[in-house]
Amino acid sequence: MADDNSQGRFEAIAVGLLFMVLAVAMVALGSRDWLPELASRHGAGVDKMLVYLLVTTGAMFLVGHFVLGFFVWRYTRGGGVQNRMASPKMERNWSIALGLLMTLVAEGGVLAIGMPTWTEYFASAPPGDALTVEVTPEQFAWNVRYPGADGVFGETDSSLIELNNPIGVDPEDPRGKDDYTAINQIHVPVGRPVRVRLRSKDVIHSFFLPQFRVKQDAVPGMTIEVWFVPTKTGRYELPCTELCGLGHYRMKGFFNVLTAEDFETWKSETFAAEEVG
Amino acid sequence: MTDKELGFVRRYIFSTDHKIIGIQYILTGFLMALVGGALAMMMRMQIAWPGRQWGFLEALFPNGMAGGIMTPEFYISLVTMHGTIMVFFFISYVLVSGFGNYLIPVQIGARDMAFPFLNMLSYWLAALSALVMLASFFAPGGAAAAGWTAYPPLSAIASAVPGSGLGQTLWLLAMALFIFSFTLSGLNYIATILSMRAPGMSMWRLPLTVWSYFVSAVVGVLAFPPLTAAAIMLLFDRHFGTSFFLPDGLVVAGEHLPHQGGTPLLWQHLFWFLGHPEVYVLILPALGVVFDILPAFTRKPVFGYRMTAWCYLAIGALGMIVWGHHMFVSGMNPYSGEYFSIMTMVITIPSAIIGVNMLGSVWGGSIRLKTPMLFALGLIAFFGTGGFGGIFLGNATADIQLHDTYFVVGHFHFMIGGVTLLGTYAAIYFWFPKMFGRMMNETLGKIHFWATIVAFYSIFLTQHFIGLAGTPRRYYAFIDYEFLAPMRGMQTFVTFAAFVMGAAQLLFAVNFCWSLLKGRKAGVNPWRATTLEWTLPSPPPHGNWTGELPTVERWAYEYSADEAEEDFTGQTVDASSVPVTF
Repeated sequence: MADDNSQGRFEAIAVGLLFMVLAVAMVALGSRDWLPELASRHGAGVDKMLVYLLVTTGAMFLVGHFVLGFFVWRYTRGGGVQNRMASPKMERNWSIALGLLMTLVAEGGVLAIGMPTWTEYFASAPPGDALTVEVTPEQFAWNVRYPGADGVFGETDSSLIELNNPIGVDPEDPRGKDDYTAINQIHVPVGRPVRVRLRSKDVIHSFFLPQFRVKQDAVPGMTIEVWFVPTKTGRYELPCTELCGLGHYRMKGFFNVLTAEDFETWKSETFAAEEVG
Repeated sequence: MTDKELGFVRRYIFSTDHKIIGIQYILTGFLMALVGGALAMMMRMQIAWPGRQWGFLEALFPNGMAGGIMTPEFYISLVTMHGTIMVFFFISYVLVSGFGNYLIPVQIGARDMAFPFLNMLSYWLAALSALVMLASFFAPGGAAAAGWTAYPPLSAIASAVPGSGLGQTLWLLAMALFIFSFTLSGLNYIATILSMRAPGMSMWRLPLTVWSYFVSAVVGVLAFPPLTAAAIMLLFDRHFGTSFFLPDGLVVAGEHLPHQGGTPLLWQHLFWFLGHPEVYVLILPALGVVFDILPAFTRKPVFGYRMTAWCYLAIGALGMIVWGHHMFVSGMNPYSGEYFSIMTMVITIPSAIIGVNMLGSVWGGSIRLKTPMLFALGLIAFFGTGGFGGIFLGNATADIQLHDTYFVVGHFHFMIGGVTLLGTYAAIYFWFPKMFGRMMNETLGKIHFWATIVAFYSIFLTQHFIGLAGTPRRYYAFIDYEFLAPMRGMQTFVTFAAFVMGAAQLLFAVNFCWSLLKGRKAGVNPWRATTLEWTLPSPPPHGNWTGELPTVERWAYEYSADEAEEDFTGQTVDASSVPVTF
């Protein structure tokens, strides 16, 4: 079968280069715009995790492609190449080496960098001074509620839901008298922990703040809390990331991070002006 | 019974011959791929040019493309049906059912599957389920539109989205039929591999392809039935007033629903208990066939044979207990997130060993760059790329940012799109001569390879970066969001690459049909490979071995043994003539 081998020189170089260069070039080109600018405290932990993974797996990606490309180029040539046979010992050693490397990279990353961030923000109670906002998405809007001056939410009952009472606040409950509701606009002060209390009226939605590295599904029948600390003022877009129907792509809210003074001003102007019940 | 005694219908249509059934699955799968691929092209057109008018599509889809402009509900139907068709009705049919049926008996030295009649039933159930799935397009309100994961309440309530009427019901019925058929054929695989092996064919002499089908079948048989149960429960929720997946207090489209006591998370657990193992059910055979193809084109034994088989088993076992990594931000207890994170990372170990074994199989060989080898090499690269993306997503902390973004789309297309697709093509180019007695055209095959691999990297590697920027998936358009503006150029680039990819697959279809009729005649063993099927005529007759069953003397990959006359020694060659290296 000598004919099989003689044809392959040019092609070997091409295929070898494919694996060595193409994938690398794509990574280089693609990595210009990754990750929107960070605006939360725990986001630094998420970013650290992402950078760690990009560096470690990126290195393995490059080395893997390079080795594959090199092997193809090196071992595709005419005439009797003596095959190199692996000894059982060599096979075993490579398996152990790769197993150890992956254990270190994958488990090491999870345990050393990932878990502390995850545990602090997704498996622990928020600090006592946190500002609580309730977000109840529906197809295709975000209902927002603040507990008002008393700091306590009034009871809600889904049977009370109608056009001008979108989350069914109970008008009989005195605690709900000062609740403030809004649609698609959340206002919070910078630097203070925000506790978002997520519910849902109809289907599953997902609360995603890309700049804050916050994502949490809102599941009907459940009340799920997530907390984080905004570190930058500004007006940020709030997309929905769980397929929720035909308007999924335009279910946009805004997350407004104000300075402490601006937030107080906003609160005194809007909370007083509008009360439920 | 020989072929001559059977009429045309019993020979080629209602056949119990595993080879015919395998080919039936392969052809059905490719027909479904044409549909699934066309849907993908339409999605990409919409993403690159949102809201543009495409007059010619209105004739095909008068409702979804009214006035030539795609409606948002039609777009999510496309998303749903593309995913479902490609995963279950293309890759499963061609790679798992098609090649599994074809290869297992001929590679282990059996005359047929353990239960040939059951095998025929499996195929016809599968064909029926494909028809029911396609019928979803013609339902009032359009095809199912709740995503291929069909999360309730979206999939449970008819008023939630237009496609969640009859379209979703048909989707659920089709899935239940599919799983029923898949379970029957999985049991058949297991029984065949365990009890029908030829004399001398010990488990440690099986080709790695058969090993991979064995583990894949075991995983499938254990992991799939829960979704049948879940599908039936969801049908009850939809039509008979039960509330397995629906909590109280739902208000959809202004209407108060009477449900109480269920939870949508139950569906997610049941779905991913199938959904994640499904990935391994599809990937293991792709890895398996590549381990058979590499030695034939490097002329040396596979690297780490036993370790690879053990890794299959390890991946199969671990694959059953990590489904929760799809649910990190679902509202599930965050401490289970930590468990699923740690367990998922354990899978990287056998996966990495398989990766190094594939590289080791290329190392130091005498490589022949024929088309099947090119696709096999591409698969090695894709397995790495997809695997590394998986480390990001299996990590709960990183997944907060990446979940439900294009990063996920890019990642799973490398894994259950790319690895399985390249495995499928490698298998087709490799076994086509055995199946049809003719060679496929090499030049067309090589163009197909280059266009496919370059386009694939362009599409799906790019999507990883689009996802890092926070682009949510399943969006009809990205025009409303400022933070996504920098990604628009990349999205258009992806669309162009997708058209190149699509065109390359049509070229493959041309090659397939042309070679079927006009290809160069293939001999018994055109690749000079060692496994049992290459001792049979091309194509093999019904019953495979006309005389006695072969006796297996040695392991599956005896290439370039020192004292052998040729550079390969078939599994049936008398053990006294040259040393048995394993």
